[in-house]
Amino acid sequence: MSFVEYSEFIQEGDVVIIFLGHESMMPIKVQSGAQTQTRYGVIRHSSDLIGQRFGSKVTCSKGGWVYVLHPTPELWTVNLPHRTQILYTTDIANITLMLELKPGSVVCESGTGSGSLSHAILRTIAPTGHLHTVEFHAQRAEKAIEEFKEHKVSHLVTVRNQDVCKEGFGVSDVADAVFLDIPSPWEAVTHAKRALKHKGGRLCSFSPCIEQVQRTCEALLDHGFEEICTLEVLLRVHDVRAVTMPIPDFGPVEGSTDITQMASNLGQEEVPNAGNASVICRTATPPREMAGHTGYLTFATKPRD
Amino acid sequence: MAECVNDSETESPISYGDYIVLRRGDVFKSVQIEQKQKVIFEKQWFFLDNAVGQLYGTMFEIEAGGSLKLKAVKRSGNAAGNEDSKEAGQDNRHIVDDGRSQKLTRDDIEILKEQGLKGQEIVQQLIDNSTTFKDKTEFAQEKYIKKKKKKYESDIKVLKPSTRLLAMMYHGREPGKICHLRYDTLAQMLTLGNIHAGSKIIVFETCAGLVLGSVMERMGGYGSVIQMYAGGGPTRAGMESFGFPSHFHETLHEFPMCKVNALLAGTLELSEKDVDSQANKNGQSDSCQETSGVLEEKSSKPQSMEVSLDPEEEMKRARLREQRAQEKKVKMEEKRKKLASAAAQLEGRNADGLVIASRFHPCPVLLGMLKFVAPSRPFVVYSQYREPLIECYTKLREQGGAISLRLTDSWLRHYQVLPNRTHPVLLMSGGGGYLLSGMTVAAGTSKSKNPQKSEEPAAKRLKLDEISPSFRSST
Repeated sequence: MSFVEYSEFIQEGDVVIIFLGHESMMPIKVQSGAQTQTRYGVIRHSSDLIGQRFGSKVTCSKGGWVYVLHPTPELWTVNLPHRTQILYTTDIANITLMLELKPGSVVCESGTGSGSLSHAILRTIAPTGHLHTVEFHAQRAEKAIEEFKEHKVSHLVTVRNQDVCKEGFGVSDVADAVFLDIPSPWEAVTHAKRALKHKGGRLCSFSPCIEQVQRTCEALLDHGFEEICTLEVLLRVHDVRAVTMPIPDFGPVEGSTDITQMASNLGQEEVPNAGNASVICRTATPPREMAGHTGYLTFATKPRD
Repeated sequence: MAECVNDSETESPISYGDYIVLRRGDVFKSVQIEQKQKVIFEKQWFFLDNAVGQLYGTMFEIEAGGSLKLKAVKRSGNAAGNEDSKEAGQDNRHIVDDGRSQKLTRDDIEILKEQGLKGQEIVQQLIDNSTTFKDKTEFAQEKYIKKKKKKYESDIKVLKPSTRLLAMMYHGREPGKICHLRYDTLAQMLTLGNIHAGSKIIVFETCAGLVLGSVMERMGGYGSVIQMYAGGGPTRAGMESFGFPSHFHETLHEFPMCKVNALLAGTLELSEKDVDSQANKNGQSDSCQETSGVLEEKSSKPQSMEVSLDPEEEMKRARLREQRAQEKKVKMEEKRKKLASAAAQLEGRNADGLVIASRFHPCPVLLGMLKFVAPSRPFVVYSQYREPLIECYTKLREQGGAISLRLTDSWLRHYQVLPNRTHPVLLMSGGGGYLLSGMTVAAGTSKSKNPQKSEEPAAKRLKLDEISPSFRSST
């Protein structure tokens, strides 16, 4: 197992995602002799996990079962231990595409935070790219290094414990892309410019507030960045369901049109329920509540020096 | 600084045969550079020859006669505006639209153009001859200049193709060709599909090859891509526009949809003889194999009907026929090899991902293709419409073998960010299509009997029961 390479079977030391049911998952580290408690009973690593195929069904002690999944950055994002607010897959997807990341890209990122985006970047730039990530919080930086090691991606990443606004990324003229998720990104624009390659590159800044965006855009313009573009993407998850809709009874009609015929006229499945006629309608409904705002994404291109 | 050396090494100048993307403002066009080839872009025509030898990212301006000229590096910025904007009005209470504020007539402007005046100079002329310009507010002046600049200044940038540029280009110019797949939706697909170097990905698309190309870009030439296709052959124009190096193409396989059942049943015939005889047997029905063959036969028919008994001619014709047969044989052999290698890729049924984006009904495509994917791998299906994906969702639930199913769409809004004028852009895209994503799992043997089978949908059914009485009571 590695976050940048699929494998077929579970091995000691792997991180696996236990799928317990709808939107309910947990990450576990596989260790021989270890046990993990779930609501369906206990999972014994040695017998239930090691040597099993990823994606297989594991029966727990209480007779219930779970699926064991191969880790991916997307599964990690919804399972990781939060040390900060994190970026979610929808924003990550757009950041990756708009920064033009691909195998071999050299990327600078700050701050590392909980490493949600870092894992996605590493997946995309492997096996030949590199991520320089800067985190000013010593403990978070330490924790990130540990995680990268555990996830077998540490050869692709350098974590620096410094203040990006004051000390920059610790590299210059190497990056194809820079990503900023810090409270005052405008203070890091100079450093971002220096980190980017001579031939130019892409920049993205993530900010929740429009005032931050305003200041960042001004700084980007002042530093000669081009194609400055701010956008926002929201994900709508649709709940697929079959809804039952009753059909009103209009009373008897001369010529006796059956009420069930009205149902079939609607071209829907009928509910075989005498008396009250109704149809089943397969539909997808929006959630009652959804994330209405995560942050503004500002993209820009640094032209050739 | 060692990295810098590396950087310049990998950076090659624009050359003939390269696929490039032209950019003017927010408009893109993808072309392949050919010698003395006329390119029409944004109502202007020009030749790209002068771009050859320059580096990517270079800005050009069009000169008379359609040749490109390097644009001076010095950024003109808003020099034209700044000097004049010292004098500006407060509001528009005295500005009357009498249609006479511009003193230059259309003919005057045409003359200026013919004189070969630079775009910037024409804009300055327009400003100088506008009686209302000085009364406009500072913001209105800026807007005026921006609008005129867009019309008269035509700087063209030559860029290296990327998924970002091509996806935006297709969405802006030819959304119909890519089933209205918006770039943020494509971004979701690549991420949800966990597309990365070293994996084996199955792609089925009718998006001009854009989705295929974007998958290949993310794989960076490592691993393999199997493109499934319906009909005569795979569409790849969009993929070609990426201008991938040749080793990328070695990782690309193709497999005809019409042979999927045979492959699954283990009856796919791959030996040379079999392919030949099969082709002869059902030349019409097996269109994907024989399209070119049938065409050849048709075109050769009228020839053979001509009455010419000249022996020399006859000989020539015989030789030609033989040559053609030989060529056909070689082609068949190539096709057979390709088919065999793609079949070998699929046979293991251990693909690492599945990406579908087509105008076909996604349900049978997904259910058919999912059989080739290993357990614990993501899949993602795009459709311009929501209903077919609802059906996919329902069928997958019934069938099992997939978890974490999500039907989503994304909403994209651009912002204008300017001092004191920040707001969402007035016009936004209405919809970028829908996605169904999920994860494969090992299909259980006693799935239907398992009491926990309904575990995932249970929550929903429960909700449904709660909801339906309320529906009833409200009616």
